[in-house]
Amino acid sequence: MAPSIKDRTAIAGIGQSKFAKHLDGSEKRLACEAIVAALDDAGISPSEVDAFASYTMEATDEVEIAKNIGAGDVTFFAQVGFGGGGGCATVGHLAMAVATGQANVGVAWRSRKRGSGPRPWSLTGRGSLPTPAQWTRPWGLLRPVDEIAMLTRRYMHEFGATRDHLANVALACRAHANRNPNAVMSDRTLTREEYMASRWISEPLCLFDNCLETDGALACVVVSAERARDCRRPPAYVHSFAQGLPSQHHTMVNYWNEDPLRGPAWTCAERLWRNADVTPADVKVAQVYDAFTPLILLSLEGYGFCRRGEAGPFSDGGTLELGGRLPVNTSGGGLSEAYVHGFNLINEGVRQVRGTSTAQVADAEVSLVTSGEGVPTSALLLRR
Amino acid sequence: MTAGTPSGFLVPQPDEDSGPFWDGCRAGELRMQACASCGRHRFPPRPMCPWCRSTESSWNRMSGRGTIWSFVVAHPPLLPAYQELAPYNVVVVALDEDPTLRVVGNLLATEEGTINETDPATIRIGEPVRVVFQAVDGVAVPRWVRVEP
Repeated sequence: MAPSIKDRTAIAGIGQSKFAKHLDGSEKRLACEAIVAALDDAGISPSEVDAFASYTMEATDEVEIAKNIGAGDVTFFAQVGFGGGGGCATVGHLAMAVATGQANVGVAWRSRKRGSGPRPWSLTGRGSLPTPAQWTRPWGLLRPVDEIAMLTRRYMHEFGATRDHLANVALACRAHANRNPNAVMSDRTLTREEYMASRWISEPLCLFDNCLETDGALACVVVSAERARDCRRPPAYVHSFAQGLPSQHHTMVNYWNEDPLRGPAWTCAERLWRNADVTPADVKVAQVYDAFTPLILLSLEGYGFCRRGEAGPFSDGGTLELGGRLPVNTSGGGLSEAYVHGFNLINEGVRQVRGTSTAQVADAEVSLVTSGEGVPTSALLLRR
Repeated sequence: MTAGTPSGFLVPQPDEDSGPFWDGCRAGELRMQACASCGRHRFPPRPMCPWCRSTESSWNRMSGRGTIWSFVVAHPPLLPAYQELAPYNVVVVALDEDPTLRVVGNLLATEEGTINETDPATIRIGEPVRVVFQAVDGVAVPRWVRVEP
């Protein structure tokens, strides 16, 4: 039998800062606090940490983190690119490292003061238009929301999806955030009427199709399955992990190939399910990357929860809300809990298989967690 | 805008791969890179043909005709020069020669118009358009106008 990482490692601890539009303290300090909280959750001393994984966009590096938290000698460190596409891969790379004996205690993290800081697109400089920006920016396609709105309009045209379907996503995430005291939008309800009346950002996407702008930090701890069983919390086993970079893919602006709406989720899903003992029918809860509402619809198709083009109707009737067929982003997600490049989706996936979510799905044996769609991506299947 | 003063619009910085495209625009032609070995067009331009791995390429003049593949209407917050024109449209045009060759642009009401003069409610996916070129800070930028049926 081919070697596999299936169920050989687990997330043993999770930690996070508060989430807010503005937090005091540097990204470095927030990262260290979240990491130490995750290690404490697992009952593992920071001095045992010997592996790190983070995003290439992460501003706090492993050298600084290691000497702040008092890590021991570190023998594995990796970073994954493409913004929010890299989240699940930080855990996946640690799982591979631990399963193959490269390290014993791995920490993945993301710390970002996106609420306090400038919007990245606003820094687009006159002299900094490399490929592919020179093919988009001059005409005013400036922001991530513009790039995804272009694909969304085409998706609506080809498959008949509507703004009501996008609202289904926004309302499900908000309803879940309203149950989560740690969510930025914990006490702010959202109605369909408010969604429809909100201002445009990039038509066909309105304000509530966009994620939050948040300060926050999160971390988790990956160890062997054997070690995880001796930790403080029930293990969330890393059952399957995959990454996806499709043939002829263009990041964020996938306008230049045969099938622009068949995104990285499809590539990632094929490997994810092939390496798993479960199928989409077995998954009762999912944490799906949601920088923008249409990414959830595209992802539901890519990961096989409905057929191509049918995610809109699939989302009708409360499917994505607690009590529905597939509650998504049960802590509120990037749309309504916090936007920290999707790391909050990982920690919520762990809470679901532990049974400690504030929107707990009763028989959540398995939780799917996905990272950014529209960019080279990654996904995890966590199981009890 | 005073001549010679940066307009605040973002202009392309041609590189080794993209230079011939922007040179074409300056000459009033929409040119696409084609593999000199297998003949297939590719966009955005790049050094190697992904189908036959040749690094030899040529540039072909396109008809400048296409259809709208998708579009957005951008609203604030935006960079200052663009925000002044908001809401404005951005379109993706599929070229008639090969509908998988698509270029980003704006749909203008007239050849000399600005990017916010087309009523967004009238824009239709699939409608035919033709290319025009407008000078922005000394760079010729391709945009699009409707073709009368």
